[in-house]
This record gives sequence, C-alpha cells and structure tokens, in this order.
Amino acid sequence: MASYMLRRFIGSIIVMWAVATLVFFMLRFVPGDPIAAMLADAGGPDEIEAMKRNLGLDRSLFVQYAIWFQNMLHGDLGNSIYGSRVAVTAVLAEAIPRTLSLSLLAFVIALAIALPAGILSATRRNTATDTTVSLLAFLGLSMPDFWLAILLIIVFAANLQWLPAIGYAPLSDGFWPWFSHLILPSIAIGTAFSAIIARMIRSSLLEVLKADYMRTARAKGLTPWMIMFGHALPNAMIPVITVIGIAFALLISGAVVVENVFAIKGLGRVLIEGILNRDYPVVQGAVLVVSAIFVFSNLIVDLLYGVIDPRIRLN
Amino acid sequence: MSDTSQGFEAEQRPKRRSRFQATLVRDRKAQAGLLVLLLFVIGAVFAPLLAPFDPNEMTLEMMSGLTWTHPLGTDDLGRDLLSRILYGTRVSLFIGISTVGIALVIGIALGLVAGYFGGWIDLVIMRYIDLQWAFPNFIIAVYLVAVFGTGLLNVIVALSLAFVDDFARVARSMTLSLREEQYVDAARTLGFSKARTLFIHILPNAVAPIIVQATVSVSYAILGEASLSFLGLGVDAYTPTWGLILADGRGFITQAWWLGVFPGLAIMLVVLAINFVGDWLRDALDVRQAVTD
Repeated sequence: MASYMLRRFIGSIIVMWAVATLVFFMLRFVPGDPIAAMLADAGGPDEIEAMKRNLGLDRSLFVQYAIWFQNMLHGDLGNSIYGSRVAVTAVLAEAIPRTLSLSLLAFVIALAIALPAGILSATRRNTATDTTVSLLAFLGLSMPDFWLAILLIIVFAANLQWLPAIGYAPLSDGFWPWFSHLILPSIAIGTAFSAIIARMIRSSLLEVLKADYMRTARAKGLTPWMIMFGHALPNAMIPVITVIGIAFALLISGAVVVENVFAIKGLGRVLIEGILNRDYPVVQGAVLVVSAIFVFSNLIVDLLYGVIDPRIRLN
Repeated sequence: MSDTSQGFEAEQRPKRRSRFQATLVRDRKAQAGLLVLLLFVIGAVFAPLLAPFDPNEMTLEMMSGLTWTHPLGTDDLGRDLLSRILYGTRVSLFIGISTVGIALVIGIALGLVAGYFGGWIDLVIMRYIDLQWAFPNFIIAVYLVAVFGTGLLNVIVALSLAFVDDFARVARSMTLSLREEQYVDAARTLGFSKARTLFIHILPNAVAPIIVQATVSVSYAILGEASLSFLGLGVDAYTPTWGLILADGRGFITQAWWLGVFPGLAIMLVVLAINFVGDWLRDALDVRQAVTD
C-alpha cells in the first residue's frame, strides 16, 4: 500500500510539473504572441522596457523558465499586470477558499440527491419511480449549468427573494451568510454531477443485487435495510467512486462558469477576468491551481479506492 | 474468399438494420430525440426563411414580452429573440459537429497508430493523452482560447483539441483488442501494408464505440461552446450564439424572464435530444463500454 501511494503521489507531481511547463511554454510559443500583446497594453516604451526586465524577458527562454520555475516553487507566481498589480498568490489565496467551499458544497448536495435517487431507481426497477429518476437524470445532464444558475436566480432570488442573487460571504461572517450565498451556485454546479452519479449507482446496484451473496443474505433472513446498507451498497460503491473521480472534473468546470454568474470571485472568475484583461501571470497562476486541485483530488480518489477495494491495494 | 466475405456481409447487414429498427421502435426517448434534432436542423438550415426578423435588427420595441410579432419577446436593444435563437442554432450545430469531426480524425489517427505500433510510439502518444485526460475538457478549451484568442476558428480549434484525448483512448483500446484478431493476423501474413491493415481491417470494426463517443461529444461540444460564449470567450460579440444571447440578457432577467429562459431552453433541448439518441445508439450498436467524460 505504501509503495502504491508513493508511486501515485510521484505520478501526480510529474503531471503537475508537465502542466506547469506546458503552461509556461505555450504562452510563449503560440502565434500572435500573447506576451507581445500584453506588453503592447502596458503603455509607453519605458514602461515596456521596465516590464520586460521585470518579467525577465530580456534573457534566454530557458533561463526564464528556470527562474519562473524556481520562483513558483518558492510560492512566487509574479504580480498581476492589470489594475492594482497585486501579487498573483494574494489573488489566488483569496479565491481558493471560495471555489473550494463551492465545489465541496456542490459535492455534498449532489451526493445527497444521487444516493437516494440511485437506490430508489435500482430497487424499483422499471417502475414509474425508476422512469422519473431516469428522465430527471437526463434533464440534469443536458441543462447547461449557467442556465440553471440563471433560472435559480429568477425563481429564488428575484421572485421569492429567499436567497441572495449574487456575491459571497466568508465563513467568518457567520454560517448562514456564507451558506445562503453558496446554496444556489452549488445546486447549479452539482446537478449534472448528481445525474451522472445517480445513473452510475443505479447500474452498479443492479449488478450487485444479482450476485449470489445477495441471495445468501436474503436466505439468512436479513432485513432489506441490512441487505442494502450492509452488503449491496458498499460493493456497489466501488465502481461509483472511480466515476466520482472522473466526474469531479464537472464540479471544477462548473465552478469556473457558475462563479461568473453569481459574481463570486473564486478561481473561475479570477481565471476568466484574467483572460479578458490579458493578465497572463494571473491566468497562469489560476490554471496551475485549478490543475493542482484536479490532480490531487484524483489522487485522493485513487487512494480511497485502494482503501476500499483490497484487490487494488494488493496488486 | 471474396464470395465468402460478401455472403457474410449480406447476412450481417439486414441483421444490423433490423437491430436499429427494433431498438428504435421500442425507444420513445430516441424517437423524440430524433424528431427534436430534425426540427433544429431544419431551423438552422432555413433560418433566413423562418426568422421573422434580422437577428441583429434593433427596433423600438425594447424588452417586449411575448406577442404575435415577437413570439419569444425582444431583448434590451429591441432585437427579436426568436430570430436570434434560430440563427444561434446554426452556430451551435456547426461548432458542435465540426469540432467533433476534427477531434475524431486527429484522435482516431493517434489512437490507431499508438495501439497498432506499440512500443515507444505508443508510450509517447499515450503519455500525452493521459496528461490531457487528467483535465476537464472545458478547462483545456478555456485555456486554449486564452492562448489563441477568441473568434469562430479559434473556438473550434480549442474545443477540438480539448476532445482529442477521448477519441484517441477509444480508438487505441479498440485497436489493441482487434490487433489480436485472426483476420488482422491474416492481413499481416498476406503482406498487406500497415496503412491498409489499419484503415481497411481495423478501423471499420472499431466504428461502433467511436460513433457512440462522437454522439456524446457533440452534446459536450455544444455545451462547451455555449459556456465559452457565455463567458465572453466565444465567437464574437455580434454573431448571435445561444451562450452570448444568455450573457447579453443576464442583466435584465428580473424584468424580462424570457431573455433568461428561452436561449437556455434551446441548448437544453438539443443536448437532451442528442443524449437520448446517443443512448439508443449505444444500445443498437451494442457498445457496453461506458463513455464518460
């Protein structure tokens, strides 16, 4: 297990290194030269020179890469080149808790919907309940998250006025302000995720319910509740966890778009504003952090998989 | 030899066709999906004839509700929403299909080559594909648009490249299993060229999972384009696309709900229809392997 964990961990570090390297070189090799565009926005010749020095652009590409990489390892991602020119790390430090709160809450809401929906659907196969769940799952998969966000704002913020339409409140302001700002965006992000998981739980449970040990469990007189939660569900969850890992991508992509609808300055909004303002240090930093969240959450899912399924651990 | 193979094909074809028909007759969702898709394709092709107004024509009837003249209302500049959505259908379908077409060609070529040749070629290609696979397609597309800039061509390139890994993986896994088949061995023994073996003997047998993957990907590409347009990273500010119409209307949804509802409804209907059809194809083509993103 230890060597498996170590191998996966080293693998993730290599992926992050490759991403950082790709991010660095792509911005400098593409036609249209975004760096030149960025410099053109900087102002007069003196300012351009100063910025070139500041960014180390007067040196060779590999020296630039080495310096950038070293700085990155020391937690220095440069400064924003738009507006207040604050440190990129400061911008990101403010954004990360917002995106994480949002994704985690979306995750919890999605599972809270998907688990009962999937179980109901599998245990009442081919009934009206099953058909309804399946149709709702199709709808959830097909609805663009930003549109769902707009619909939620129209209904719950504009008309019913139950919840705030936009913005974010940190947890230090109290639980309710934090929570109330995150409910609608979390639902918007989590819906597609919950549809995928519900479908997966259904098909996985249907497989497990056919197994011999389920007949044994029934034969020895266990209650349906004990059969479901003691035997069926733990086994059915093994493939579901892999899919959760893959579908986690949806939560991160969803956060990038939905944060922009709710004006929550998380990683997604920072990334998009950075792109629109041609603020490349910020874009680079945001891409790195989003990638890191993604790579390491996949790592956690993989390790969890090893813990749950001994076959993985022992191989 | 050729007689046998013709006989075999003749036997297979009606079987496959009847399986398509048999599954379609039972599948109400697929029927509805095909009908909705047909309507949207008609809407896209005949948009200039069907649209009551020019999509960019501004009138004095600003934010008018649903009337006979403007069945879906107008936006803040008095532009007819129905006409804009109809023209938006063209962009969405064009980008959805062309993106997947490009991704499919590049991805399949990479997957076939990696799977068939193995060795270091496979290692290099698959390391890259695995790296890309580790990231959400949409994030990759956003980043590529950041690098290349916005505009129709750049959006298509960004989305296509983002979807390449999905096709490469399907094509490679199919090639790996087909490479061991007897008829591929026979082709090799008969001295056919590698290209012929790949494209005549392996590719046609890998078509079913690729069709299913392509169908699913079109829906993701349409959603991706809509999201990019919505974020201001799409085609341009003047071409009406579903995502852009929603982004334009976003500030007015409290006064004019139709601006927030109808463009999104169009996206959802098309994506839902494609998903229904994709589900049926998976069933009809007997593709068991789960295609997820």
